[in-house]
Amino acid sequence: MKEETYRRATAGDHPTNLSPDYKSTVGRSPRKSAVVLPHSLSEITGPSLANERLDASENDLTKQRMAEPLGERIIVQGRVLDQDGKPVSGALVEIWQCNAAGRYHHPGDQHDAPLDPNFYGGGRARADADGRYKFVTIKPGAYPWKNHHNAWRPAHIHFSLFGPAFATRLITQMYFPNDPLLAFDPIYKSVPAGARERLQAAFDMDLTQPEWALGYRFDIVLRGRNATPME
Amino acid sequence: MSHALTPSQTIGPFYWGTIVNAYHADLAPTGVAGERIEVVLKLHDVDGAVVPDGVFEIWQANSHGRYNHPEDRRNLPLDAGFEGYGRAGTFTDGTSRFTTVKPGRVPWPAGGLQAPHINVSIFARGVLNRLATRLYFDGDPALAEDPVLKLVEPGRRDTLIAKRDGNGTWLLPIHLGGPNETVFFDV
Ligand SMILES: [Fe+2]
Repeated sequence: MKEETYRRATAGDHPTNLSPDYKSTVGRSPRKSAVVLPHSLSEITGPSLANERLDASENDLTKQRMAEPLGERIIVQGRVLDQDGKPVSGALVEIWQCNAAGRYHHPGDQHDAPLDPNFYGGGRARADADGRYKFVTIKPGAYPWKNHHNAWRPAHIHFSLFGPAFATRLITQMYFPNDPLLAFDPIYKSVPAGARERLQAAFDMDLTQPEWALGYRFDIVLRGRNATPME
Repeated sequence: MSHALTPSQTIGPFYWGTIVNAYHADLAPTGVAGERIEVVLKLHDVDGAVVPDGVFEIWQANSHGRYNHPEDRRNLPLDAGFEGYGRAGTFTDGTSRFTTVKPGRVPWPAGGLQAPHINVSIFARGVLNRLATRLYFDGDPALAEDPVLKLVEPGRRDTLIAKRDGNGTWLLPIHLGGPNETVFFDV
Protein backbone atom coordinates (compact mmCIF):
# COMPACT_ATOMS: atom_id res chain seq x y z
CA MET A 1 0.00 0.00 0.00
CA LYS A 2 1.38 3.41 -0.97
CA GLU A 3 0.39 5.91 1.70
CA GLU A 4 0.26 9.48 0.50
CA THR A 5 -2.34 10.94 2.77
CA TYR A 6 -1.81 14.59 1.85
CA ARG A 7 -1.36 15.93 -1.65
CA ARG A 8 1.97 17.54 -2.41
CA ALA A 9 2.34 21.14 -3.49
CA THR A 10 3.14 21.75 -7.14
CA ALA A 11 6.15 23.75 -8.31
CA GLY A 12 4.20 26.98 -8.77
CA ASP A 13 2.62 27.13 -5.31
CA HIS A 14 5.38 28.18 -2.93
CA PRO A 15 8.48 30.38 -2.99
CA THR A 16 11.88 28.94 -3.88
CA ASN A 17 13.93 28.75 -0.68
CA LEU A 18 16.83 30.55 -2.34
CA SER A 19 15.24 33.77 -3.62
CA PRO A 20 18.29 36.06 -3.82
CA ASP A 21 16.34 39.32 -4.18
CA TYR A 22 15.31 38.65 -0.58
CA LYS A 23 18.87 38.85 0.69
CA SER A 24 18.48 36.90 3.93
CA THR A 25 17.64 33.77 1.96
CA VAL A 26 21.21 33.57 0.64
CA GLY A 27 22.63 32.67 4.05
CA ARG A 28 19.63 30.74 5.26
CA SER A 29 18.45 28.40 2.54
CA PRO A 30 19.30 24.76 1.97
CA ARG A 31 20.97 24.03 -1.37
CA LYS A 32 20.32 20.29 -1.44
CA SER A 33 16.90 18.97 -2.32
CA ALA A 34 14.60 17.83 0.41
CA VAL A 35 14.18 14.06 0.86
CA VAL A 36 10.61 13.13 -0.01
CA LEU A 37 8.99 11.27 2.89
CA PRO A 38 6.15 8.82 2.48
CA HIS A 39 3.40 9.72 4.93
CA SER A 40 3.56 7.80 8.18
CA LEU A 41 1.75 8.62 11.42
CA SER A 42 4.48 11.16 12.14
CA GLU A 43 3.41 13.29 9.17
CA ILE A 44 -0.36 12.79 9.22
CA THR A 45 -0.77 13.58 12.89
CA GLY A 46 -0.02 17.01 14.32
CA PRO A 47 -0.86 19.41 17.11
CA SER A 48 -4.47 20.55 17.25
CA LEU A 49 -3.92 22.81 20.27
CA ALA A 50 -7.52 22.01 21.07
CA ASN A 51 -6.90 22.65 24.75
CA GLU A 52 -5.70 26.21 24.19
CA ARG A 53 -8.37 28.41 25.71
CA LEU A 54 -8.90 31.60 23.77
CA ASP A 55 -10.01 34.72 25.64
CA ALA A 56 -12.79 36.78 24.12
CA SER A 57 -10.42 39.65 23.26
CA GLU A 58 -7.88 37.49 21.45
CA ASN A 59 -9.47 37.93 18.04
CA ASP A 60 -10.09 41.65 18.60
CA LEU A 61 -6.73 43.40 18.58
CA THR A 62 -8.43 46.72 19.29
CA LYS A 63 -9.67 45.51 22.69
CA GLN A 64 -6.51 44.16 24.26
CA ARG A 65 -5.35 47.30 26.03
CA MET A 66 -6.82 50.12 28.07
CA ALA A 67 -8.08 52.07 25.06
CA GLU A 68 -8.51 51.66 21.32
CA PRO A 69 -5.36 51.73 19.23
CA LEU A 70 -4.81 54.45 16.65
CA GLY A 71 -5.36 53.57 13.02
CA GLU A 72 -7.96 52.50 10.55
CA ARG A 73 -10.16 49.81 12.14
CA ILE A 74 -10.63 46.78 9.88
CA ILE A 75 -12.33 43.40 9.94
CA VAL A 76 -10.38 40.46 8.52
CA GLN A 77 -12.55 37.44 7.97
CA GLY A 78 -12.33 34.31 5.93
CA ARG A 79 -12.37 30.54 5.91
CA VAL A 80 -9.74 27.90 6.42
CA LEU A 81 -10.30 25.28 3.74
CA ASP A 82 -8.49 22.37 2.24
CA GLN A 83 -7.88 21.94 -1.48
CA ASP A 84 -11.24 20.22 -1.88
CA GLY A 85 -12.98 23.22 -0.35
CA LYS A 86 -13.74 21.32 2.84
CA PRO A 87 -13.62 23.50 5.97
CA VAL A 88 -10.79 22.85 8.41
CA SER A 89 -13.03 23.19 11.43
CA GLY A 90 -11.40 23.96 14.75
CA ALA A 91 -8.19 25.22 13.14
CA LEU A 92 -6.22 27.58 15.33
CA VAL A 93 -5.35 30.79 13.45
CA GLU A 94 -2.63 33.01 14.89
CA ILE A 95 -1.78 36.47 13.58
CA TRP A 96 0.72 39.21 14.37
CA GLN A 97 1.33 42.60 12.83
CA CYS A 98 2.83 46.05 13.30
CA ASN A 99 0.80 49.08 14.37
CA ALA A 100 -0.71 51.74 12.11
CA ALA A 101 2.60 53.62 12.07
CA GLY A 102 4.55 50.59 10.87
CA ARG A 103 6.18 49.65 14.18
CA TYR A 104 6.09 46.25 15.88
CA HIS A 105 5.68 45.92 19.62
CA HIS A 106 9.01 44.11 19.65
CA PRO A 107 12.40 45.10 21.07
CA GLY A 108 14.15 44.26 17.80
CA ASP A 109 12.11 46.75 15.80
CA GLN A 110 14.10 49.98 15.73
CA HIS A 111 12.09 51.74 13.03
CA ASP A 112 11.77 55.43 13.88
CA ALA A 113 7.99 55.39 14.17
CA PRO A 114 5.89 55.64 17.33
CA LEU A 115 4.83 52.68 19.41
CA ASP A 116 1.15 52.65 20.28
CA PRO A 117 0.64 51.74 23.95
CA ASN A 118 -2.82 50.50 23.00
CA PHE A 119 -1.65 48.08 20.35
CA TYR A 120 0.12 44.82 21.01
CA GLY A 121 -0.36 43.22 17.60
CA GLY A 122 -0.95 39.55 18.37
CA GLY A 123 -4.21 37.65 18.01
CA ARG A 124 -5.69 34.18 17.86
CA ALA A 125 -8.97 32.78 16.63
CA ARG A 126 -10.38 29.31 16.18
CA ALA A 127 -12.17 28.41 12.95
CA ASP A 128 -15.77 27.32 13.44
CA ALA A 129 -17.47 24.28 11.91
CA ASP A 130 -17.53 26.04 8.51
CA GLY A 131 -13.86 26.92 8.81
CA ARG A 132 -14.77 30.56 9.40
CA TYR A 133 -12.52 32.86 11.44
CA LYS A 134 -12.70 36.57 12.17
CA PHE A 135 -10.37 39.23 13.49
CA VAL A 136 -10.93 42.89 14.28
CA THR A 137 -7.74 44.92 14.13
CA ILE A 138 -6.26 48.08 12.64
CA LYS A 139 -4.66 48.31 9.23
CA PRO A 140 -0.91 47.82 9.67
CA GLY A 141 1.42 50.46 8.25
CA ALA A 142 4.20 49.96 5.73
CA TYR A 143 7.67 49.77 7.26
CA PRO A 144 11.22 50.07 5.96
CA TRP A 145 13.67 47.20 6.06
CA LYS A 146 17.27 47.09 5.03
CA ASN A 147 17.06 44.53 2.24
CA HIS A 148 18.00 47.08 -0.44
CA HIS A 149 18.02 50.84 -0.95
CA ASN A 150 14.64 52.38 -0.03
CA ALA A 151 13.11 48.99 0.77
CA TRP A 152 9.59 49.08 2.26
CA ARG A 153 7.39 46.18 3.21
CA PRO A 154 3.84 46.46 1.90
CA ALA A 155 1.22 46.44 4.67
CA HIS A 156 0.78 42.84 5.80
CA ILE A 157 -0.51 40.62 8.58
CA HIS A 158 1.42 37.48 9.49
CA PHE A 159 -0.69 34.30 9.68
CA SER A 160 0.16 30.96 11.29
CA LEU A 161 -1.93 27.82 10.76
CA PHE A 162 -1.51 24.26 11.96
CA GLY A 163 -4.21 22.44 10.07
CA PRO A 164 -4.89 18.78 10.81
CA ALA A 165 -1.34 17.41 10.52
CA PHE A 166 2.39 18.06 10.79
CA ALA A 167 2.30 18.00 6.99
CA THR A 168 -0.18 20.88 6.75
CA ARG A 169 1.69 23.43 8.89
CA LEU A 170 1.76 26.85 7.21
CA ILE A 171 3.07 30.30 8.05
CA THR A 172 2.27 33.04 5.58
CA GLN A 173 1.46 36.73 5.19
CA MET A 174 -1.72 38.46 4.09
CA TYR A 175 -1.45 41.57 1.96
CA PHE A 176 -3.92 44.28 0.97
CA PRO A 177 -5.23 44.77 -2.57
CA ASN A 178 -3.88 47.56 -4.78
CA ASP A 179 -0.88 48.22 -2.56
CA PRO A 180 1.74 49.91 -4.79
CA LEU A 181 4.53 48.42 -2.68
CA LEU A 182 3.67 44.86 -3.72
CA ALA A 183 5.42 45.42 -7.05
CA PHE A 184 8.68 46.15 -5.22
CA ASP A 185 8.59 43.58 -2.41
CA PRO A 186 10.97 40.63 -2.81
CA ILE A 187 9.20 38.62 -0.10
CA TYR A 188 5.81 38.85 -1.80
CA LYS A 189 7.48 38.33 -5.17
CA SER A 190 9.32 35.23 -3.94
CA VAL A 191 6.01 33.46 -4.60
CA PRO A 192 5.68 32.54 -8.28
CA ALA A 193 3.51 34.84 -10.40
CA GLY A 194 0.08 33.30 -10.64
CA ALA A 195 0.20 32.17 -7.00
CA ARG A 196 1.28 35.34 -5.18
CA GLU A 197 -2.08 36.97 -5.84
CA ARG A 198 -3.61 34.39 -3.46
CA LEU A 199 -1.93 36.27 -0.61
CA GLN A 200 -3.96 39.42 -1.25
CA ALA A 201 -7.10 39.83 0.80
CA ALA A 202 -10.15 41.09 -1.08
CA PHE A 203 -11.91 44.26 -0.03
CA ASP A 204 -15.48 43.16 0.75
CA MET A 205 -18.36 45.62 1.02
CA ASP A 206 -20.55 42.92 2.57
CA LEU A 207 -18.09 42.52 5.44
CA THR A 208 -17.73 46.27 5.81
CA GLN A 209 -19.79 47.63 8.69
CA PRO A 210 -21.36 51.08 8.32
CA GLU A 211 -19.93 53.82 10.55
CA TRP A 212 -17.42 51.34 11.95
CA ALA A 213 -14.87 49.37 9.88
CA LEU A 214 -13.80 48.23 6.39
CA GLY A 215 -13.97 44.51 5.74
CA TYR A 216 -11.36 42.31 4.05
CA ARG A 217 -11.84 38.68 3.12
CA PHE A 218 -8.92 36.25 3.23
CA ASP A 219 -9.48 32.55 2.70
CA ILE A 220 -6.63 30.18 3.47
CA VAL A 221 -6.24 26.88 1.65
CA LEU A 222 -4.25 24.08 3.27
CA ARG A 223 -3.22 20.78 1.70
CA GLY A 224 -6.06 18.41 0.90
CA ARG A 225 -6.12 14.67 1.31
CA ASN A 226 -5.64 12.21 -1.46
CA ALA A 227 -8.53 9.88 -2.14
CA THR A 228 -8.55 7.06 0.41
CA PRO A 229 -6.55 4.13 -0.99
CA MET A 230 -8.51 0.95 -1.63
CA GLU A 231 -7.96 -1.55 1.14
CA MET B 1 -13.36 21.55 -7.52
CA SER B 2 -9.78 22.14 -6.50
CA HIS B 3 -8.82 25.19 -4.47
CA ALA B 4 -5.35 26.64 -4.95
CA LEU B 5 -2.95 26.27 -2.01
CA THR B 6 -2.08 29.34 0.00
CA PRO B 7 1.63 30.02 -0.55
CA SER B 8 4.12 30.10 2.30
CA GLN B 9 5.98 33.19 3.51
CA THR B 10 8.73 33.83 6.05
CA ILE B 11 7.89 34.13 9.74
CA GLY B 12 10.05 37.29 9.76
CA PRO B 13 11.96 38.54 12.79
CA PHE B 14 9.12 40.00 14.88
CA TYR B 15 7.15 37.04 16.25
CA TRP B 16 8.49 37.35 19.83
CA GLY B 17 5.92 38.59 22.29
CA THR B 18 3.06 37.54 20.06
CA ILE B 19 2.90 33.92 19.00
CA VAL B 20 5.97 32.58 20.75
CA ASN B 21 4.99 33.59 24.26
CA ALA B 22 1.85 31.58 23.87
CA TYR B 23 3.33 28.13 24.47
CA HIS B 24 5.85 26.46 26.67
CA ALA B 25 8.88 24.47 25.84
CA ASP B 26 8.10 22.06 28.67
CA LEU B 27 5.99 19.34 27.10
CA ALA B 28 5.77 16.86 29.94
CA PRO B 29 4.32 18.00 33.25
CA THR B 30 4.78 15.82 36.33
CA GLY B 31 3.02 12.51 36.02
CA VAL B 32 3.61 11.96 32.32
CA ALA B 33 5.08 8.51 31.77
CA GLY B 34 8.46 7.93 30.20
CA GLU B 35 12.13 8.83 30.32
CA ARG B 36 12.51 12.55 30.91
CA ILE B 37 14.86 14.18 28.45
CA GLU B 38 16.18 17.61 27.69
CA VAL B 39 16.66 18.51 24.03
CA VAL B 40 18.63 21.48 22.74
CA LEU B 41 18.37 22.44 19.09
CA LYS B 42 20.85 24.97 17.75
CA LEU B 43 20.25 26.81 14.51
CA HIS B 44 23.11 27.77 12.18
CA ASP B 45 23.17 29.59 8.86
CA VAL B 46 25.09 28.45 5.78
CA ASP B 47 28.32 29.96 7.14
CA GLY B 48 27.94 28.26 10.51
CA ALA B 49 26.92 31.45 12.37
CA VAL B 50 24.15 31.00 14.92
CA VAL B 51 20.64 32.19 14.04
CA PRO B 52 19.25 34.16 16.98
CA ASP B 53 15.82 34.92 15.52
CA GLY B 54 14.48 31.52 14.49
CA VAL B 55 11.68 29.36 15.85
CA PHE B 56 11.68 25.62 16.46
CA GLU B 57 8.53 23.57 16.75
CA ILE B 58 8.52 19.93 17.77
CA TRP B 59 5.89 17.22 17.46
CA GLN B 60 6.28 13.75 18.92
CA ALA B 61 4.60 10.60 20.13
CA ASN B 62 4.43 9.85 23.85
CA SER B 63 6.64 7.24 25.51
CA HIS B 64 4.26 4.48 24.42
CA GLY B 65 4.66 5.50 20.79
CA ARG B 66 1.18 6.99 20.54
CA TYR B 67 0.43 10.32 18.92
CA ASN B 68 -2.23 12.43 20.62
CA HIS B 69 -4.27 12.79 17.44
CA PRO B 70 -7.43 11.19 16.02
CA GLU B 71 -5.48 9.61 13.12
CA ASP B 72 -3.60 7.43 15.60
CA ARG B 73 -6.26 4.85 16.42
CA ARG B 74 -4.00 2.23 17.96
CA ASN B 75 -4.89 0.83 21.33
CA LEU B 76 -2.01 2.41 23.25
CA PRO B 77 -2.20 4.70 26.28
CA LEU B 78 -2.51 8.46 25.97
CA ASP B 79 -0.98 10.51 28.79
CA ALA B 80 -3.08 13.22 30.37
CA GLY B 81 -1.34 16.55 29.97
CA PHE B 82 0.90 15.43 27.13
CA GLU B 83 0.01 16.71 23.68
CA GLY B 84 3.46 16.26 22.16
CA TYR B 85 3.81 19.76 20.75
CA GLY B 86 6.37 22.40 21.67
CA ARG B 87 7.49 25.73 20.32
CA ALA B 88 10.34 28.00 21.29
CA GLY B 89 12.22 30.88 19.71
CA THR B 90 15.99 30.69 19.47
CA PHE B 91 18.06 32.74 21.89
CA THR B 92 21.11 34.86 21.10
CA ASP B 93 23.22 31.71 20.96
CA GLY B 94 20.90 30.09 18.39
CA THR B 95 19.48 27.52 20.80
CA SER B 96 16.02 26.45 21.87
CA ARG B 97 15.64 24.09 24.82
CA PHE B 98 12.78 21.65 25.33
CA THR B 99 12.03 19.30 28.19
CA THR B 100 9.96 16.29 27.25
CA VAL B 101 9.92 12.49 27.37
CA LYS B 102 11.67 10.20 24.94
CA PRO B 103 9.11 9.16 22.33
CA GLY B 104 8.29 5.52 21.74
CA ARG B 105 8.42 3.83 18.34
CA VAL B 106 5.71 4.43 15.79
CA PRO B 107 4.83 2.19 12.84
CA TRP B 108 5.86 2.56 9.24
CA PRO B 109 3.16 2.25 6.57
CA ALA B 110 4.96 -0.56 4.73
CA GLY B 111 5.42 -2.52 7.95
CA GLY B 112 7.81 -2.49 10.89
CA LEU B 113 8.58 0.30 13.30
CA GLN B 114 10.44 3.57 13.05
CA ALA B 115 13.21 4.42 15.50
CA PRO B 116 12.22 6.91 18.22
CA HIS B 117 12.25 10.40 16.73
CA ILE B 118 10.97 13.93 17.19
CA ASN B 119 9.55 15.80 14.20
CA VAL B 120 11.01 19.30 13.91
CA SER B 121 9.85 22.41 12.04
CA ILE B 122 12.14 25.39 11.51
CA PHE B 123 11.07 28.96 10.79
CA ALA B 124 13.20 32.11 10.56
CA ARG B 125 13.67 35.40 8.82
CA GLY B 126 15.13 34.45 5.42
CA VAL B 127 13.39 31.05 5.48
CA LEU B 128 10.47 31.25 3.06
CA ASN B 129 9.06 27.76 3.55
CA ARG B 130 8.74 25.77 6.76
CA LEU B 131 11.72 23.42 6.89
CA ALA B 132 11.00 19.98 8.30
CA THR B 133 13.53 17.58 9.75
CA ARG B 134 13.77 14.88 12.42
CA LEU B 135 15.74 14.35 15.58
CA TYR B 136 16.90 10.79 16.32
CA PHE B 137 18.77 9.59 19.40
CA ASP B 138 22.40 8.49 19.16
CA GLY B 139 23.03 4.93 20.26
CA ASP B 140 19.45 3.76 19.91
CA PRO B 141 19.59 0.19 18.57
CA ALA B 142 16.54 0.87 16.38
CA LEU B 143 18.45 3.42 14.27
CA ALA B 144 19.89 0.65 12.10
CA GLU B 145 16.45 -0.43 10.92
CA ASP B 146 14.77 2.97 10.63
CA PRO B 147 13.07 3.24 7.23
CA VAL B 148 13.43 7.02 7.02
CA LEU B 149 17.15 7.02 7.72
CA LYS B 150 17.47 4.45 4.94
CA LEU B 151 16.06 7.04 2.53
CA VAL B 152 18.97 9.37 3.41
CA GLU B 153 22.40 8.98 1.89
CA PRO B 154 24.64 7.39 4.57
CA GLY B 155 27.08 10.30 4.75
CA ARG B 156 24.32 12.73 5.75
CA ARG B 157 22.42 10.64 8.32
CA ASP B 158 24.49 12.09 11.16
CA THR B 159 22.82 15.47 10.63
CA LEU B 160 19.64 13.92 12.07
CA ILE B 161 21.13 12.21 15.13
CA ALA B 162 21.31 14.09 18.42
CA LYS B 163 24.26 13.38 20.70
CA ARG B 164 24.35 13.48 24.49
CA ASP B 165 26.50 16.02 26.29
CA GLY B 166 28.11 15.52 29.74
CA ASN B 167 24.87 16.50 31.49
CA GLY B 168 22.82 14.04 29.51
CA THR B 169 21.18 16.75 27.38
CA TRP B 170 20.47 15.76 23.80
CA LEU B 171 22.06 18.25 21.39
CA LEU B 172 21.33 18.60 17.72
CA PRO B 173 22.80 21.35 15.57
CA ILE B 174 20.65 22.29 12.60
CA HIS B 175 22.53 23.77 9.65
CA LEU B 176 20.37 25.63 7.13
CA GLY B 177 23.12 25.11 4.56
CA GLY B 178 26.87 24.85 4.13
CA PRO B 179 29.12 21.78 4.36
CA ASN B 180 27.07 20.26 7.21
CA GLU B 181 23.67 21.05 5.74
CA THR B 182 20.96 19.26 7.67
CA VAL B 183 18.78 16.79 5.81
CA PHE B 184 15.38 18.37 5.35
CA PHE B 185 12.29 16.42 4.38
CA ASP B 186 9.50 17.12 1.95
CA VAL B 187 6.70 15.94 4.19
FE1 LIG C 1 6.18 41.82 9.14
